[in-house]
Amino acid sequence: MGLIYMDYNATTPVKPAVLEALLPFYRLQFGNPSSIHWAGRQVRGAVEEARERVAALAGCEPVEVVFTSCGTEADNMAIMGVASARRGEGNHIITSRVEHPAVLNACLALEQQGYDITRLEVDRYGLPDLGELAAAINARTILISLMFANNETGTLFPVREIAALAAVHRICFHCDAVQAFGKVPIDVKRMGIGLAALSGHKIGAPKGVGALVVRTGTKLHPLLYGGPQERNRRGGTENVAGIVAFGKACELAGSGIADEAKRLAFLCDRLERGIGERIPHTRVNGHPTERLPNTLNISFRDVAADSLLLNLDLAGIAVSSGSACSSGTLKASHVLAAMSLDPAYARGSVRFSLGAESTEDEVDRVLAVLPPLVERLRNS
Amino acid sequence: MTDKNRKQRVVVAMSGGVDSSVTAALLQEQGYEVIGITMQVWDYAKFTAPDGEKFDTCCSLDDVHDARRVAEQLGIPFYVVNFEEEFQGLVIDDFVGEYFRGRTPNPCVRCNQRIKFELLLQKAKELAADYLATGHYARVELDAGERFRLMTGQDAGKDQSYFLYTLTQEQLSRTLFPLGGMSKPEVRRLAARYGLRVAEKGESQEICFIPDNDYVRFLEEARGAGELDGDIVDSRGNVLGRHRGTYRYTVGQRKGLGVAHPHPLYVLGVDTEKRQVVVGSREELASPGLVATDLNWIIPPPQSPLEATCKIRYRHRPVPCTVTPLPDNRVEVRFTAPEKSVTPGQAVVFYREDEVLGGGCIEKAILNVEF
Repeated sequence: MGLIYMDYNATTPVKPAVLEALLPFYRLQFGNPSSIHWAGRQVRGAVEEARERVAALAGCEPVEVVFTSCGTEADNMAIMGVASARRGEGNHIITSRVEHPAVLNACLALEQQGYDITRLEVDRYGLPDLGELAAAINARTILISLMFANNETGTLFPVREIAALAAVHRICFHCDAVQAFGKVPIDVKRMGIGLAALSGHKIGAPKGVGALVVRTGTKLHPLLYGGPQERNRRGGTENVAGIVAFGKACELAGSGIADEAKRLAFLCDRLERGIGERIPHTRVNGHPTERLPNTLNISFRDVAADSLLLNLDLAGIAVSSGSACSSGTLKASHVLAAMSLDPAYARGSVRFSLGAESTEDEVDRVLAVLPPLVERLRNS
Repeated sequence: MTDKNRKQRVVVAMSGGVDSSVTAALLQEQGYEVIGITMQVWDYAKFTAPDGEKFDTCCSLDDVHDARRVAEQLGIPFYVVNFEEEFQGLVIDDFVGEYFRGRTPNPCVRCNQRIKFELLLQKAKELAADYLATGHYARVELDAGERFRLMTGQDAGKDQSYFLYTLTQEQLSRTLFPLGGMSKPEVRRLAARYGLRVAEKGESQEICFIPDNDYVRFLEEARGAGELDGDIVDSRGNVLGRHRGTYRYTVGQRKGLGVAHPHPLYVLGVDTEKRQVVVGSREELASPGLVATDLNWIIPPPQSPLEATCKIRYRHRPVPCTVTPLPDNRVEVRFTAPEKSVTPGQAVVFYREDEVLGGGCIEKAILNVEF
C-alpha cells in the first residue's frame, strides 16, 4: 500500500521544477553573491530575480524582501527588531493566543525583558475580536503581531481590518503569513501590512529559506549582525540555492493560485463531507468558510488524537495534531484550547492538510481507513 | 477479521536504556511486528539546571533521543507519548502526599501499576497490539489451569518482580518480559551483538523524577514553604531533640538525627499529627510482623493462613513468613524471625520459591513498643 502524505502545513516535498532550478547553484554557480568577481556576478542576478518573484507573490517591492533562514527567523526578526527599534516609543505589543510558537515565544522572551504583552482571546472559530484589539491599543503600543492564517485550523484573520486599525493608530503591524503565503492571494501593500513573515518549504521550496517583507519606512533593528547582505537588514552569506528555489516556488504558486485553491478546496470538501457521512460525532474546527482551502482540522468525539494519529501512521497515512514538543510528544494544542472546544471533542483533533501532490484517490483511501479505525478506538 | 499469518504486534516500552533496547531487538528477531514507545512522564526542562548541568534521568531528552536512535537502527516505528499530567497526578502527587503522611512510598510500583500497565497498555491496545513488552527482569508463565503466573527474573541480582506485584491476570495475559530468563551480562552481550548504540550505557538511577536524589528538596518544593519541625522522642515519649520536618525521616534511618545518646538510635516511625519522630534502639526497631492493605493476588486469593517468603523492600532477601487474610483486602504478616525497618508505604511482596504470589502496601509495622 502506498504512503499518503496529508501534512502539507508541516512541510511540502520540493517541486520538481524547483529542484531543477536550484541544483546548478551548488556546483556550477557556487559563488558568493557579495563577491566582485565572475563567480559572485553569476549568482547575484539569480538572487535578485528570486527576490522579484517573492515580491510579486507577496505584493511588495523587491527591495522590501529580506531573505532569512526560515519563517521562525522572519517572525523573530520582525518582533525583536521592532521591539528594539521602537523601545523609546513604548513597550506594549499585542498578539493573540493562537499564534505560531515563533511569535508566541518571541513575545514571551520580550515579556521577560520587561515588555508588556497583550494576548487577545479568540472565539470558537479561532478569531480575535476587533473591538478587543482596538480596546487593547494604548499610547505605549508599538507592535501588533497577528497571523494571516492559523496553521492548525486554517482560519483566516481579517487582515485588512487589522491593518486599517493599526494604521489609524500609527502602530506597526506584523503579519505571520507563513501558512497563507502561496495558498491564498496576499497583497502586502494593498492590505496595509507593515511586516510579513514568509517561508519557502510550505510551498515547494526546500527547508532553510524564508523571508521577511519589510515595508519601506519600517523601523527595525536586525536580528543577525554581520556583513552588508540584504541591505544591512540581515548579515550572513545568502543561501543562494534556497533563495533561488524560493523564487521559483513563488513563481509556480503565483501562476495558478486560484485554480490550485479550487482544486484543494474540492479535495478538502470531499474529505470533510466523507468523514461527516461515515463517522458520527465529528466537528470541524476553525471557521466554516474563512479558511485556507487546504486545511481540515476535525475532532472525533471520545477519541485520543495521538492514538488516531499513530494508527494512521502505521497505516501509512501522515497527518498531524497539535504541535510536537522537543521530545516528539504531542502537546495539547494551544490553538484549540484557546477556542474553548467541547472537552469531549478537544482531545481528538487531527489536522489534514493537502497540497500539490494530493489526489482524489488519496482522499478516498483515507475515507476507507478512517471509519473503522475511529470505531475501533471508540470501542477500546 | 483475524489473519493467522499476520505477525503479532507488540509495543515495547523503550526508555533509551540497554534493557528495553535489547527487548525490542529480541522481539523483532523473534518475528514480532515491533513498535517502540517512550513515555514522557516528566518535563526534562525542569531539570536542566540554569548553569546547563544535566541530570541523568530515565525520561530526559537524551534518553528519548537514544530510544529513537535505537528504533531507527532497528527500523521500527517509534513514538513518544505524553503522560506528564497523569504521572504528576497518579505518581508524583501520591509520592509527595505519602511522605507528608509519614510514609515512605515506592513510586516505581505505582508507576508500573497506574502508568505502564494501565495507560501504556491501553495505548498499546489502541494501536491494535497483541502485547506490551518491557525490559523488566521477570517472567510470565501460563500454567495448566490457564492462569498466568509471575516469576522472578532468572538473574537474582537483577530480579524486578517486586515492582510488578500489582499486575492482574488481564495485564499479565498481554505482557511480555523477554529478558526474564537472562542475566545482565547476557543482555549487554546481546546489545553488543545487535550493535545497539546503547550497549555500554550505565544503569538508570532509582527515582526518575528526582535525578539529583535530593528528595527532601523535592518534597519541600512540591509542598511549598511552611514549618513542619517538631520533637524527636523515644518510645516512652521523652523528648530527645528537635527535627526539621517528619518527611526527612524514614524508618530505620540512623544518620541525621543530631541527638547525642549512649547507644545508636534509629527512627522507629513518625507521627505526623504530633509532628514527632520516634527513635529507639536497634532492638526496638525489630518487628515481628506487619499489616498490609490493597492486596493484589496473582495466585487465587488465599482464604486461610499461607506460608510464604516475603520481601519488604526491593533490596531485601525474602524471609519466611505467615500471611493471614484479614477483612477489607488486608493481611497480617508474621515473620518467622523479627525483621528490622518495616516501613509503612513500601510494598510487601510474597513469594513461593521463584513465583510471585501477590503483594500489598505496608500499612504499619507490628512493633514490640507502643508509641
